[in-house]
This record gives sequence, structure tokens and C-alpha cells, in this order.
Amino acid sequence: MSVTTPATRAGRSHWTIGFARLRRNRGAVGGTIIILLFVLASAAAPWLSRDDPTQTQFEQRFAPPSGRHVLGTDSFGRDLLSRVLHGGRLSLSVGLIAIAISDVIGIPVGLITGYRGGRFDNVVMRIVDLWLAFPGLLVAIAIVAILGPGLQNVMIAIGIGGIPGLVRLVRATVLAVRDYEFVDAARAIGGGDAHIVRAHIFPNVLAPIVVLTTLRLAGAILSGVGLSFLGLGAQPPTPEWGAIVAEGRAYLREAWWVSTLPGVAIFLTVMGFNLFGDGLRDAFDPRLR
Amino acid sequence: MPVLLGISFLVFLLVHLVPGDPVRVMMQDVGSPEQVERVRRQLGLDRPLYEQYLSFVARAARGDLGRSIHTRRPVAQEIAFRIPYTVRMAIAAMLVAIVMGIGLGAIAALHHQSILDYGTMIVALAGVSLPSFWFGLVLILVFSLHLKWLPPTGADSLLHLILPAITLGSGAAAIIARLTRSSMLEVLRQDYVRTARAKGVDDRRLVYRHALKNAMIPVASIVGLQFAGLLGGAVIVETVFGWPGIGRLAVDAIFNRDIPVIQAVVLVAAVIFVFVNLLVDVLYGVLDPRIRYG
Repeated sequence: MSVTTPATRAGRSHWTIGFARLRRNRGAVGGTIIILLFVLASAAAPWLSRDDPTQTQFEQRFAPPSGRHVLGTDSFGRDLLSRVLHGGRLSLSVGLIAIAISDVIGIPVGLITGYRGGRFDNVVMRIVDLWLAFPGLLVAIAIVAILGPGLQNVMIAIGIGGIPGLVRLVRATVLAVRDYEFVDAARAIGGGDAHIVRAHIFPNVLAPIVVLTTLRLAGAILSGVGLSFLGLGAQPPTPEWGAIVAEGRAYLREAWWVSTLPGVAIFLTVMGFNLFGDGLRDAFDPRLR
Repeated sequence: MPVLLGISFLVFLLVHLVPGDPVRVMMQDVGSPEQVERVRRQLGLDRPLYEQYLSFVARAARGDLGRSIHTRRPVAQEIAFRIPYTVRMAIAAMLVAIVMGIGLGAIAALHHQSILDYGTMIVALAGVSLPSFWFGLVLILVFSLHLKWLPPTGADSLLHLILPAITLGSGAAAIIARLTRSSMLEVLRQDYVRTARAKGVDDRRLVYRHALKNAMIPVASIVGLQFAGLLGGAVIVETVFGWPGIGRLAVDAIFNRDIPVIQAVVLVAAVIFVFVNLLVDVLYGVLDPRIRYG
């Protein structure tokens, strides 16, 4: 019978063990590489691309993919590689900011409603249930309908649309942790509610939140490019992935590359986040499987 | 019923928080202030919000959803014309999702940890990562423009339905496949499956009668949720394929700032969603008798 010595256990926290598991997960490693590739390429867009993403060159219209224009050019003769690289900055930011918006509201509300319980919890959960009665994308579309088209409004819309699901998850995890003895102990030695939530509850609900955030990021990027595709987000000539695909749609017959190649960037990025998120979940929160 | 009232209130509130004056947008800023006032009175937009809400609910209950600001036609009529298209597409997509999802999920579970399992799960992961508008365009490119097997856009025949249904259903198919696989793996570990196997029940019967049927219980609940998601996704897919459903109507209404139409579409979508969930609950009871007696 093997006994783990206290010395080795003390050095391996929940996080260390999780990261070790994550490194062994081939999908997660692949996902990380894809994400890094796209994030770095987007960040370095001005240096990586020879052409201005909004520079029109009519004599270069619909140039098929070649050494000069790796992804070809669009109906205005703009270099698609350059547009995709610059577009990544926007599309990735839209996802990130949208998630940040729902986190800033959803996490505190979930923590408080789960911890307090009672009537407050009842009211909040009623609202959440009602809110969840609308399909997420439809909520986002409805909000954009109100605020008007534009990238900023798209971020707000997706952010708001993501709140109820997050509140529900955070609350459920808090409920699971709230009645543990260490929480009772903290209360017994005189810890206040704010201290208990911050120091004892929050660290224990962090893992599922991180996992869900990664997976939600994939969804938020998809929603963002989807809304831009509909024309509700980025407006021409802004290079944004969904908008680029939408612009190429009319020329599918003459120039297949305008829509299809930029779409690959969206697909791979989202797949990267999903792979990474799945790996995170398996490593840190096997319960969610 | 309280849910529907709540939804109607949310929809109403949502739409009336609009910054910017719909009447001005409608008149494209050319009307004089007096004209704007007159139109506002005609539309009842000058009355207090709670009065507007009450009359909105009262009229909605009678099936009167107002008139489109843009086309001047009754919104209910427009929606009644478009809903069958959206429902047809959503049902076809759901069929694609259920058949592909359960099929792939069951194959993966029955060949646990084999190449077939890994391959299926990679396909499923790709399925949830596909941007539907891009996938739809790729399908059009391959099957309509190159192979010329299927029409690219339009809604005249069953053939027109195939590509939109695959596009819309692929995401749900992937989610159903993943859930079917894990649910099936869970069931295959159960004692009654082992007992059945020990009794000499042949494999095929074991899979269909014992395992698959019980594995479907959690799958059934997600199918309902996915159906709602499909209604949201339909907005994008309808745009790609030029499908005359309510999703396309909603997007057009947004560009036209056609508030009665936006309001009505969101309301109708929510009502459908509530209805579908109710249906799923009932179905759940049929699938799992424990719930009925519990």
C-alpha cells in the first residue's frame, strides 16, 4: 500500500495538479497552440501584412490566392490576408470584452444570490429563468435591435445575453460549497460575510468559472462574427471576420476565396478555444463532464 | 401563463428602452415637429408607458400585433405567413441533428476509446465550432455551384430545405452526439446491462432495447433546449439561404427600425420556446415513467 507523504502533497496544490493534467491533454495543447497562433498573428497584424487592410486597388480585384496575395483579394482589390489578420484583432476583442461584461455582472450576482439565499435568491433566479427562456442569440439580436447596429453594441448585447447562464452556474457552485465545514469554521471564528465570500467561497468556485469562461469565449466569438455577418456589427470597410465573409458572399461564384478562406480563421480559432476549454474542464473540474 | 406575461413585459420593456425616436427614424427626419407629434399620437406612442403596455398585451392576446411601420401591413399576418418556413427549417434541422447526433454518439460509445470514438468526437468538436454562415456558404459552393446537385437559395421545394437543414442542424448534432456518447457510456456500465448480457441477450437487442432507450433520457431534455437554440441560429441561416422565415423578417426589421415587427418576432419566438419546453417535459414523462410517478 502506498502512502503519499505529507511533504509531496503540500507542494502540489489543486492548481499544480490540474496544470500537470492539462499538459498531458493532447487536445488542450493543440488548442493552446491554435489560440496562441491566432492571437499573436492578430496582434502582429501591422507588421505581418504588406498591405493596408482597407487599401482598395481596383486593378487587383478578385486576384486568386497567390504568392503576392496569399489568401487572394476581394471585390475592392484589398489583400485578404491583411484583412483577416487585422480582423482577428476585432473579432477576438469582441469575444473577450463581451465575456468580461457578463463576468463583471454575472459573477458577483451569482456569488451573492447563492450565498445569501432566501427571498433575494428567489427573485434573482426567477428573473434568470425568464431570461433563459429566450434563445441566447435572439437576446443578443434583440438588444442590438434596440441599441442599433455597431461593434460596441454587439459586445454589450452578447455580454448581457451571457449573464443569466453564468449567474446560474456560479450560484449552483456556491450552493455546493456554502455548507462545507471550512465555511462554518470561518464564520465561527467571526469572519464577516464579505470576507467569507472573498476568501473561502470564491477560490472554490473559480475553477468551474474559468472552464466555463473559456468555453463561453468560443461561443461569444461565434455570436460576434455571426452578428457582424448579418450586418449588425462591424460596418464596411472595417476588417472583421464576420463582415469579410458577408462581403464575399455575393461573389461566391466568381471568387470563392473571399468568403471561404477568412471563414477558416473563425472556425480554427473557435475550435482552439473549445479544445482548450474541454481540456481545462477535464483537468480542473471532472464533475462538469 | 405567468411566464408568458413576464416575457411580454420583458419584450415590451426591451423595445421601449430604445434610445432614439422611432417616429423620427420612420419619417427619416423630414417631418416637421407637428407632423412628428401627429404620427406619434396616431401610433399611441404619446401615452404613458404602462398604458401602452396594457394595450399591447390586450391586443396581443387577441392576436393583434400591430402594424409594421415599414410595410404598413398587420404584423400578425406577416408572421403567420413566415412562421411555417422557419418551423419547417427548424424541424428539418432538428431531424438532421437527432439522427446524426444519436447515431454518431452511439457509434462512439459502442467503440469506446477506439479510432472510431476519437474520430467521431473530433468531428463533434468541429461541429460546435463551425460558424453556421460560413458552413452554409461552403455547402452552397460545393453542392450548388460546383456539383450542381442542390439549389443554392430559395424555399420552393424539399430540395431547397436540405442545405439549410444541414447547416442549422450541425451544431445541435454535435452537442447531441457528445451527450449521447457520455450518457450511453454511463448506461453501459449499469448493472442491468451486465445482467442482460449475462442472460445472453444478443448485442443488437441489448443496444436498442436496454442501452439506447435509457441513454435517451438526458438526451431528450437537451433536444428541447437545442430546438430553442435553433430558432436563434435560424436568423443567420435564413439570411445565408435567402429563406423567407421570421429570422430574416427580424433582421430586416432591425435595419428598418420597425419596432412592432421586432417586438412581435421576439414575443413569438419566446412563446414557441416556452411551448417547446412544455412539450419536452411531457415527452420526458413518456420516456421515463419514474418522473410521472415521482
